[in-house]
Amino acid sequence: MSDIDIDIDNAQRQVIVFEIAGHQLAVDIMAVREIRPWSPSTPLPGVPSFVRGVVNLRGVVLPVCDLGERLGWGKSNPSERHVIIVVQIDGQQVGLIADGVSDILTFPRSAVQPTGDVAAEAAAFLEGLVLQDQRMLLVLALDRLGLTENLQVAA
Amino acid sequence: MDQDDILAIFFQECDEGLAVAESGLAALAGGAADAEGLNAVFRAVHSIKGGAGAFGFDALVRYAHLFETVLDHLRAGRLAHDLEVVRLLQRSRDVLDDHVHAAQNGGAAPDDSGVVAELSQLAADPGAAPTVAASAEAPAAAEPDADEFGFMPVTVDLDSFNAPAETPWLVRFRPLAGAMAHGNDPLLLLRELERMGALEIRLDETALADLAVLDPCEPGLAWEIEMPGDTDEQAILDVFDFVIDDCELSVARKAENAAVLDLPADLADTPAPADQPAAESRAAAAAAAAAPPAGERPSIRVDLDRVDQLVNLVGELVITQSMMAQRVKDLNLDLSEELDDLSHLTREMQDAVMAMRAQPVRTAFARVPRLLRDLELETGKSVRLDVSGETTEVDKTVVDRIGEPLVHLIRNAVDHGLEAPADRVAAGKPEQGVIRLAAEHRSGRIVITVADDGRGIDRARVRAKAVERGILAPDATPSDEEIDNLIFAPGFSTAERVSNISGRGVGLDVVRRNVASFGGRVTLASTPGQGSVFSLTLPLTLAVLDGMVVRSGGDTYVIPLANIVECIRPAPGQIRAVGSRPDVLELRGMHLPIVDLGAVLRGENGDEGSETAFVIVDCEHLGRAALRVDSIDDQRQVVIKSLEANFRAVAGLAGATTLGDGKVALILDPESLIAMARTPAAALSLAA
Repeated sequence: MSDIDIDIDNAQRQVIVFEIAGHQLAVDIMAVREIRPWSPSTPLPGVPSFVRGVVNLRGVVLPVCDLGERLGWGKSNPSERHVIIVVQIDGQQVGLIADGVSDILTFPRSAVQPTGDVAAEAAAFLEGLVLQDQRMLLVLALDRLGLTENLQVAA
Repeated sequence: MDQDDILAIFFQECDEGLAVAESGLAALAGGAADAEGLNAVFRAVHSIKGGAGAFGFDALVRYAHLFETVLDHLRAGRLAHDLEVVRLLQRSRDVLDDHVHAAQNGGAAPDDSGVVAELSQLAADPGAAPTVAASAEAPAAAEPDADEFGFMPVTVDLDSFNAPAETPWLVRFRPLAGAMAHGNDPLLLLRELERMGALEIRLDETALADLAVLDPCEPGLAWEIEMPGDTDEQAILDVFDFVIDDCELSVARKAENAAVLDLPADLADTPAPADQPAAESRAAAAAAAAAPPAGERPSIRVDLDRVDQLVNLVGELVITQSMMAQRVKDLNLDLSEELDDLSHLTREMQDAVMAMRAQPVRTAFARVPRLLRDLELETGKSVRLDVSGETTEVDKTVVDRIGEPLVHLIRNAVDHGLEAPADRVAAGKPEQGVIRLAAEHRSGRIVITVADDGRGIDRARVRAKAVERGILAPDATPSDEEIDNLIFAPGFSTAERVSNISGRGVGLDVVRRNVASFGGRVTLASTPGQGSVFSLTLPLTLAVLDGMVVRSGGDTYVIPLANIVECIRPAPGQIRAVGSRPDVLELRGMHLPIVDLGAVLRGENGDEGSETAFVIVDCEHLGRAALRVDSIDDQRQVVIKSLEANFRAVAGLAGATTLGDGKVALILDPESLIAMARTPAAALSLAA
């Protein structure tokens, strides 16, 4: 761990908490651009199953990712009750399908614990776990989702 | 706006100035003794010097100053303008280019000693021919007699004698009503002019009112001031800087005002350069004298991002408009006339906005002359450049992206295309090679050709090389055209030795890929012994596309109109099964492979029972095919949205767009669709 991390260990961290297939996930609030209602996406040919297609975000073509599928919890069946969380990853905007957004939480940086083998298949895409009010939050590591760069290799 | 922004603008202006200098000098080299052209070069260098001074680029300032001095001699007629001088100026411009880029990149100043020595000589002694000329073919027509007298002053004296630079300036100055109210005193101005060496000041009191009606607060006098011809026009104008809005002012050469002599067009005999404040003066005379030359219209500099934002917004407006039209139709409102107007307006607005992004390809061509001069030095070949169609307009994104491929093709043409001078003479060709660079619009695309009159493709050698490199099977029997196209294969280079110019392994395959990446293609036609022609076919814009809206399996797709030959609804029996898939479509005796959109894009098994239409597309490499769709809905212009911006390139797709219902529709790339239908492997290589 670098010096910088130690310095900011006690700094506060704010996340948006959302739910997918009964799991509580958290994503850094700084990465979130907006949360919008789900709208039908246009499927793309020849892409991995967790890329559900693209939607029109005020003139911008936004790819939509099915996080449940990516994390190994099965394909979600989005309806109008679902939301799309628009996040910024490496200068690109990507939409994440979620069952719903439940909370905004603040906790010290040091509260993030290693995943161990708790989250199994999803662990590769997680930064760590946070235990808060009897709940276990899975903190997403957006840059590891491989929504864009890994796909290029795959193609 | 901070310092960096200003600096960025300065370098942008430097590039523009260098381009102006390039074209101006090219015109001079071509024999056009065009005073305005020379003035433009002078202004360009002068602006670079001025800006460089403000930012403290001392080396650049010193060099630009020297350059400017020589240009000024030429402008004033103190220096005869012959080809040798122009050649020197062109080399000087190249060094200025190097200086600018050294300043921009923070590198060391380039080695300018050679050019500086020659320029300094001319600056100090404009009468002497440049050193190169002095050594050999120098003596101009007027000079041979000079030697008999043992000295050579004649050229200088004749030039300066002829030079109308010495014609006195005639300044007409009339304060307007209200001038006095601003506290201006003509006397101070006249004194200043006198101090600058005014030859004569004449009072014109004809407009003075009778004493009975005289308003003492209003000026009624005017003056005519004759200034020495060697006074800087700008200096004269500067005197009137603070009163320019309150007076009629004209500054012009005396002879011209007198309008008795029809002076021959000479370099120095020019009215005020276009960009000087005289143009802003209210005096009609000055305005006329300083009017910008025809074709040069006023322009403003706008940040490209703002234009792009506008393009995007207008695109959204078009979509919103069509959504509204749909709603109005659903509600049975009688608004069709207004809606038609609105639709026309939005379409016109879209065209106008797109036109804002259009630029002449000249910008991309501007670097070529310099490149050729460098290549001439490196290869020892002599090259003439013929340029045509440089005013052809195309979207800025395209202009920006053709620079690199163009450089590659030109290098290739000089290095591989043109023969060495001796070989050319042996082949009965003139020693100087010709590179023709042309741009033209052709059916909705822009075609840029780079043609040389060199040896053409040596097919036997290309073939041997391709076999040696494992690109071609030894027993293959390719056609001439196929052999020619081998030079675009990755890793192919026939240069016998690796030169600095090309043959570095990154060759024409890079050009082809580069051009393909923005929707263009490169083709080659070659005649042995007569030369090769490379054609770049590019889209006019990367932002808007004419397309056909089709439906397949509930999804909407757009097929680029440029690829579409025709659309048909098949009669029974037109579809023929040929054992295994794909089936073929028989069309007027031709058999076209059928590409089922549903099968290729969604992995469905083509259901032939459903309603079916075929869109016949024609592709550059894979020829014609029939795309099977469920229905053809519309033909319209769509705004191309990149998939790469937030995602990545997807095989089979050229991009995406938003349609009237707000949903995203995918724009198909027929070429890669056909490839995908043929072999999955081919699809992957196209996507890479």
